[in-house]
Amino acid sequence: MKAFRIGAGAGYSGDRIDPAEDLAERGALDVLVFECLAERTIALAQLRRSQNPRLGYDPLLEERMRTVLPACVRQGTRVVTNMGAAHPLAAGQAVLQVARELGLPRLRVAVVLGDDVLPWIQAHDVPLLDTQETVRSLDGRLISANAYLGADALLPALQSGADVVITGRVADPALFLAPLMQHFGWAADDWPRLGQGIVIGHLLECAAQVSGGYIADPGRMDIPNLAEVGFPLAEVRADGSAVITKLPGTGGCVNRLTCTAQLLYELEDPQRYLQPDVVANFSQVQLQEVGPDRVQVQGASGTARPDQLKVTLGYRDGFIGEGQISYAGSGARARGELALHILRHRLRRLGLGELEQRAELIGVNALHGPSLGADREPYEVRVRLAVRCPTRAQAERVGQEVEALYLNGPAGGGGVTQSVREVIAAASALIPRSAVTPACQVLEL
Amino acid sequence: MKTVRDIAFARSGDKGNRATLSVIARNPADYPVLARALSAERVRAWYRDSVRGAVDRYPLPHLGAVHFVLHEALAGGVTRSLALDAHGKSLSSAILDLPLEEH
Repeated sequence: MKAFRIGAGAGYSGDRIDPAEDLAERGALDVLVFECLAERTIALAQLRRSQNPRLGYDPLLEERMRTVLPACVRQGTRVVTNMGAAHPLAAGQAVLQVARELGLPRLRVAVVLGDDVLPWIQAHDVPLLDTQETVRSLDGRLISANAYLGADALLPALQSGADVVITGRVADPALFLAPLMQHFGWAADDWPRLGQGIVIGHLLECAAQVSGGYIADPGRMDIPNLAEVGFPLAEVRADGSAVITKLPGTGGCVNRLTCTAQLLYELEDPQRYLQPDVVANFSQVQLQEVGPDRVQVQGASGTARPDQLKVTLGYRDGFIGEGQISYAGSGARARGELALHILRHRLRRLGLGELEQRAELIGVNALHGPSLGADREPYEVRVRLAVRCPTRAQAERVGQEVEALYLNGPAGGGGVTQSVREVIAAASALIPRSAVTPACQVLEL
Repeated sequence: MKTVRDIAFARSGDKGNRATLSVIARNPADYPVLARALSAERVRAWYRDSVRGAVDRYPLPHLGAVHFVLHEALAGGVTRSLALDAHGKSLSSAILDLPLEEH
């Protein structure tokens, strides 16, 4: 049996578009997957939807689809994406509109629904993970609650023969696992095989992070033509083994090291990677270079899926006010430290001294704290003050105090920036599977 | 003085208020040296300013890698942290300066 070719067209919502176009044109793909949902993306999308009921899906959806749909339709490559965000149905209609504008003869879009569990969450108080609180503590501030659906929720959409499958919240690797299950007929309780499907999805879901992105360190880890880095694809066999590769002529590379880094990325216990479809075990995965830019992956396994599904809750969490100013040359660090001392004093006078804050020097201690690199003297430093504030008005004062260092602070400060942002935070909870009812709606041109 | 950077590279990621840290030998033959240098205690001490909780260590000799989960490392988590690098992405660079041998 011929290998099934599945590619990654985006690794996050803002990802580059050209490499996906190249994959669509030259990849001879069966499926092209766009993974575009981070933790709080749906909450932000929900806010856009509440302003305009036709929005709430990924803002780059139309541009991505305009770019890849002509080649995908011509070659029979199916598109699978979670760009539906907070409004998959509106996203499906937007894709049809793009198809009309492109003059495509026909298009079938399947929309996966059911991840939105906000009403259930509001009716059933459940504990929040990693805290002592429950959902009730977010009363009045809760914006969204979305369960991570599994591949099982995507299967009806794929079986409908859809050219494009649009979802909201779905476990990222499931976007890849579902087409593999459908194509090869893997059973929903074939745990070892599902584990292998998860590892393939996990390796591809961050796109260029497996093909040479986010790994270059000149002199130690040199990556060829990183500026033109290509997005990855997998050639998958029915037994679940796969070769991770990229298109000839693209920049970057796929080797044992790029695959190892991505295999372990954001993994906790390698023996127990919890997914809605399976508890995957990556601890015995073997990565073998089998040709230039070709790495074979095998040896993942799995055990029965968890009884509960993870839910991400988006909620309003106050404001962060921030200001920055730079100092340079001899004594820059001492002037930066004086500026921080002054800012702390002025925050206290404003009655904001007790709020959670960070007062630090970029170039000295902002990233990793005071002890690492304490012996290195920088040429320039950037003062950074960030304060968590209950109100927007308080948050505005933070940046204003930093700006006021121009006339009221140490010598030679320059380049002030200030910002205020409302914090949309994410929390997690577990809910029973019975609380979630996935559904599929097919739209046609 | 040889450091982790002489034989390995690293990548970190985020999970709630936890950071993950993978340290990977460029040459698999260097794995034993790397694994010896990277005890959970040394890693915990190295990140003392940013990591408030425990350090879980997962040795993966067949991958030439030592993988860690750093608890309470992200100032409350990506979505609400006041930190400049809320994801803790840059934490991976810090471990590369760790000396391979203890004094």
